[in-house]
Amino acid sequence: MSNEMTGSEILLRALVEQDVEVIFGYPGGAVLPIYDALFQQNSLRHVLVRQEAGAVHAAEGYARSTGKVGVVLVTSGPGATNAVTGLTDALMDSIPIVCLTGQVPTHLIGNDAFQEADTTGITRPCTKHNYLVKDIKDLSQVVHEAFYVAKSGRPGPVVIDLPKDILQGKGGYTAAPREPRKSYRPQVKGDIRQIETAVELIAKAKRPLFYCGGGVVNSGPRASQLLTEFVRMTGHPCTLTLMGLGAFPASDKQYLGMVGMHGTYEANLAMYNCDVMVNIGARFDDRVTGKLSEFSPNSKKIHVDIDPSSINKNVRADVPIVGDVGHVLEDMMKVWKARQYSPERKALGEWWKRIEEWRARDCLHYERNDKIIKPQYALECLRDRIIGREDAFITTEVGQHQMWAAQFLPFEKPNRWMTSGGLGTMGYGLPAAMGVQVAHPDALVIDVAGESSILMNIQEMSTLAQYRLPVKVFILNNEYMGMVRQWQELLHGGRYSESYMESLPDFVKLAEAFGAVGLRASKPSEVGDLIDEMLAVDKPVIADILVDKAENCFPMIPSGAAHNEMLLGPDDQAAKPISEEGMVLV
Amino acid sequence: MSTEDAAERHTIAVLVDNEPGILARVVGLFSGRGYNIECLTVSEVDHEKALSRITLVTAGTPMVIEQIKAQLNRLVPVVAVRDLTDEGNHVETELALVKVTGKGEHRVEALRIADIFGAKVDDTTLESFVFRLDGQTEKVDRFISLMRPLGLCEVARTGVVAISRGKESI
Repeated sequence: MSNEMTGSEILLRALVEQDVEVIFGYPGGAVLPIYDALFQQNSLRHVLVRQEAGAVHAAEGYARSTGKVGVVLVTSGPGATNAVTGLTDALMDSIPIVCLTGQVPTHLIGNDAFQEADTTGITRPCTKHNYLVKDIKDLSQVVHEAFYVAKSGRPGPVVIDLPKDILQGKGGYTAAPREPRKSYRPQVKGDIRQIETAVELIAKAKRPLFYCGGGVVNSGPRASQLLTEFVRMTGHPCTLTLMGLGAFPASDKQYLGMVGMHGTYEANLAMYNCDVMVNIGARFDDRVTGKLSEFSPNSKKIHVDIDPSSINKNVRADVPIVGDVGHVLEDMMKVWKARQYSPERKALGEWWKRIEEWRARDCLHYERNDKIIKPQYALECLRDRIIGREDAFITTEVGQHQMWAAQFLPFEKPNRWMTSGGLGTMGYGLPAAMGVQVAHPDALVIDVAGESSILMNIQEMSTLAQYRLPVKVFILNNEYMGMVRQWQELLHGGRYSESYMESLPDFVKLAEAFGAVGLRASKPSEVGDLIDEMLAVDKPVIADILVDKAENCFPMIPSGAAHNEMLLGPDDQAAKPISEEGMVLV
Repeated sequence: MSTEDAAERHTIAVLVDNEPGILARVVGLFSGRGYNIECLTVSEVDHEKALSRITLVTAGTPMVIEQIKAQLNRLVPVVAVRDLTDEGNHVETELALVKVTGKGEHRVEALRIADIFGAKVDDTTLESFVFRLDGQTEKVDRFISLMRPLGLCEVARTGVVAISRGKESI
């Protein structure tokens, strides 16, 4: 047959049909045929990472900043196993990824062949779905279906395992089907009667609160717009989860800041005291709810989620609505307008008065110091220089710096904030920033990092150099795994078991070794100028900010505590012992 | 709080696309999320459409049972999930092969009880029987416990298969 192609060609053609522009990958024996096909075409760009974990996080950054599916290509065995952390990360944070893994030829599967791993077996629990292609006839349809599964409903990672003989075999190509797979059709429109019930509750609420999460971001920029309009229409307060930052403008007066373990005092007390909670695209994660039995004890809960398994998982919803938040918000606004609802102004006024009292506690306050750089101060300096810039994208690693970044940096728009929320993957931020920069070559992309996290995927500095990606790595260097140390202070008598980082590299020299620019600040007076210089350089930068080694991240709801038991600062810490129940929690 | 609710036993029928790894997906879901499986049966039921049916019996609080169903539904190859216990009226049965060895009075008594239970003798030697019995789990349990003092030596059970009563289908 004349229209026969090799498996690799079929694969690439399917990727092009799926609008793929960039692949993050690393070659190896099993995927050589794909790399050979890549070499002979110009539609797809390949970014060569330095380790497969970096490829998946880069694809996550790409996906989160564009709303498109991120694509990864790795070889069999270790290529696939190195991708597992990233896949799990994408599963937890609902990020659409298609990961192509090489596999030994079908006749060798199960033989413990060189670089063989049971990739579909290993990735089954850490993907939304996975495939092993055993017949070239299925290849193009599997790729099309994988993209559909990855991006529809609650997005997530999908693995396609590709035996080498399939890649080298010959077969025909079929275009993407119009009708998706029968057994997987996520519900997009919410039940209108439930929506009416919800809107009535919202309209009659005396102490309402919108609690919104990553689902709003995943639904697309329009969902954020609708959310903003609806919240303004109601005059209600709004808080966001770590995953939701940017879904509602941080500068809005109705915004209470982030909710949860390191969320603001006003957001958490509003959660505790509200009478109607409108959860839009958040999942009552344990970092948000704190002690479940005392979670927002007197509120009716409306829960909008595209994934039915998120509803009634941790917290019982009074009004469950399964659907895409964009569609549901649109319907909610229609109902609100059609029924000419107006907010309960008097009650709402009193509610806002209480909220303002909580807000007046200024929970993000910290002790200023003109000798030592406070990490919060460094972030304030950064904030002042990026505020109002629509092209500023922030990624983070995991730990104290991540929480401070979430607290102090301004997010006015969705898709500007990439952080590992669910899995808490140290080493996420640098490769994620790389993916963001690939998608937005002219944007300002900053990885707010800690000195420990950054070392987990530091090899990707080399990728930045190769592709001239001017990512700025902003390290809040306290020479500790700060969050580990903070918990050791809180729970383990200040015994800093293995949380001190000795023999750290000289980050300035390290930057230079990677062909980047290294900058350092050790005094508060130097921070502003350093950031100006960092932003002016058109190259990758590592900024090493030597911050207060002892600073801890507040406010904090200790594990196992309720929202009204927040610690506001180090003085609070000593007064309240943590329950044994709380000690067990992570 | 839901965690204080009592555990309930539910029989759930799951219609799935018959593709490699589907059973691993279902079983992995249960082990990964810490749910119980009391028993599980699986077989292809429609060769043309390549559909298999998994019947499983699980126990949990109402909130956990709801989660189990939602999580099963989330699997891409799962076509339908039915909670037969919630739907009320359904037929449930399982099959057991029970090997009993012995001589003399015990052997006679075993045969007599098998007859009462309507069990068939699928194999016999001068010193053993293999009985085949079907029925509800409780009936099979009772039969096995009666055989215990009479020389019970081996049991193979299929686990429950179930289907709703009436004209409605999955």
